[in-house]
Amino acid sequence: MLARIGLEPGDVEFYAEQLSGILAHIDRLKELDTDAIPPTAQVVEVANTLREDVPRPGLSQAEALANAPAAVDGFFRVPSIQDEA
Amino acid sequence: MSKTKLTELTIKEAARLLRLRSFSAAELVTAHAEQIERLDHRVKAFLRFTPELWEKQAEEADRRIARGDLGPLVGIPMAVKDVLCVRGVETTAGSRILSGFRPPYTGTAISRLFAAGAVMLGVTNCDEFAMGSSTENSGYHPTHNPWDLDRVPGGSSGGSAAAVAAGEAMIALGTDTGGSIRQPAALCGVVGMKPTYGRVSRYGLIAFASSLDQIGPFTRSVEDTAIVLDAMAGHDPLDATSSTRPNDVLRDFDAGVKGMRLGVPREYYDVEGIEPAVKAAIDTAIKSLRDAGAEIVDVTLPHTDYGLAAYYIIAPAECSSNLARFDGVRYGFCQDGQNITESYERTRRKGFGTEVRRRVMLGTYALSSGYYDAYYLKAQKVRTLIKRDFDAAFERCDAIISATSPTVAFPIGAKTKNPLSMYLCDVLTLGGNLAGLPGISVPCGMTDEVLPVGLQVLAPQWREDVALRVARAYEVASGVKAEVAPLV
Repeated sequence: MLARIGLEPGDVEFYAEQLSGILAHIDRLKELDTDAIPPTAQVVEVANTLREDVPRPGLSQAEALANAPAAVDGFFRVPSIQDEA
Repeated sequence: MSKTKLTELTIKEAARLLRLRSFSAAELVTAHAEQIERLDHRVKAFLRFTPELWEKQAEEADRRIARGDLGPLVGIPMAVKDVLCVRGVETTAGSRILSGFRPPYTGTAISRLFAAGAVMLGVTNCDEFAMGSSTENSGYHPTHNPWDLDRVPGGSSGGSAAAVAAGEAMIALGTDTGGSIRQPAALCGVVGMKPTYGRVSRYGLIAFASSLDQIGPFTRSVEDTAIVLDAMAGHDPLDATSSTRPNDVLRDFDAGVKGMRLGVPREYYDVEGIEPAVKAAIDTAIKSLRDAGAEIVDVTLPHTDYGLAAYYIIAPAECSSNLARFDGVRYGFCQDGQNITESYERTRRKGFGTEVRRRVMLGTYALSSGYYDAYYLKAQKVRTLIKRDFDAAFERCDAIISATSPTVAFPIGAKTKNPLSMYLCDVLTLGGNLAGLPGISVPCGMTDEVLPVGLQVLAPQWREDVALRVARAYEVASGVKAEVAPLV
């Protein structure tokens, strides 16, 4: 699933009912004719803020790894990516 | 001065007395620590405390005061919502998935308040990843409303609102994405403000919905709110959405409402589910403002009925993207699997609570190919319609007034079975987020059951000064003050 959230027994029924209820409410948006309306992605005037391409100090490797559940030799350690079914 | 009284002062009063050396910053923070000790096992506003920080900061504050520093926030005790990063302080977004996480940096808004001399007491409870209207979605425990411990403080910034209402802090920081500062402020009888989107830097805020989130203060007076906002606001190069507009939130603060036009939107006034006691309190507030010289004008926000639907596509969609990073790899809780995908799925199933999982699923669906146009794009177009509603209303009035919440604080557990009933708590606040407007909630009286009601003032974008001015005029005209709840 795109959300990468595992489902346990009972989850499907539990969420299906609630999500259906929410989606039923959301369906009312169909009542509105929005063909000629532009979408709003950003609600204030700020747009495409850029800065000079000048490097700045960032986190050290130690700082970046400090919260890792599993770190080895300066890397974040994860289960294998290649053995997926 | 007795120690109990220290925790009932406003920031303005405390600053004056600190300068007069009536007490020291160390004594002020100790009084708050004692209040917390006395009450917080019942209120449960806090998740964790920062005594090493407050001792150091109070000492520094006393040094500054001795040197003649007149800054209005020097020595003032502050609590911080669990979504705001402070270097080295465990920050978990109210979630088990980030348990143990210690940020390697401090966010800009808090850095500015630290530089201004504020003293950090600890981290307050919230709904997980700021998703909720009652703080019952916290991965740790609910917070209890200081006015009635069997009731919710509101959410998602319920811990912060409760801390200020209980006299445990003079400032508490919260965040507002759909109403999460204003609604708990109303339910707890304190002042809470959401700035214009882009007014306060979001650098250091654990993101929920990036086009809606804003950081803001809880305090016990409108003037205190203005002082804190003034210190936090302003452009930050580390937040690409922060505005370069000058910070003028204090303009005409005490000018009053004489000659101002205040709009009452009929859709808000008559919103479905508004309790009679709330309506009565708002009517009284409108009368106070009219008596103070304001012209009350009928306005309309025709797309109000569609706001919840638009919000509950946009916010979950944005959150599904923002929460993708919580995968057990770089920080927080990890539940291993046989391969990387299983590891992600197990970590997120176990680490995220029900509401978060609900919204991530909803958001992922709304953005998925085949549904993007029907849901996310549609919601963004409705967002335009809602923004235009406000633009049109502001042609006829200077500020909009309404109830902040349709109901007073409800009993813990009353709305948890039906998510939609919980979402309806935000019908009067989420429009302000969709349109990027500044909004403030001020206490406007108590019901017969001694439960607080809040009056919301919404102003045009960048006009925090207008919202503050109206709120201040109301506070003065009505005589209604935010009080510390009488918990023994």
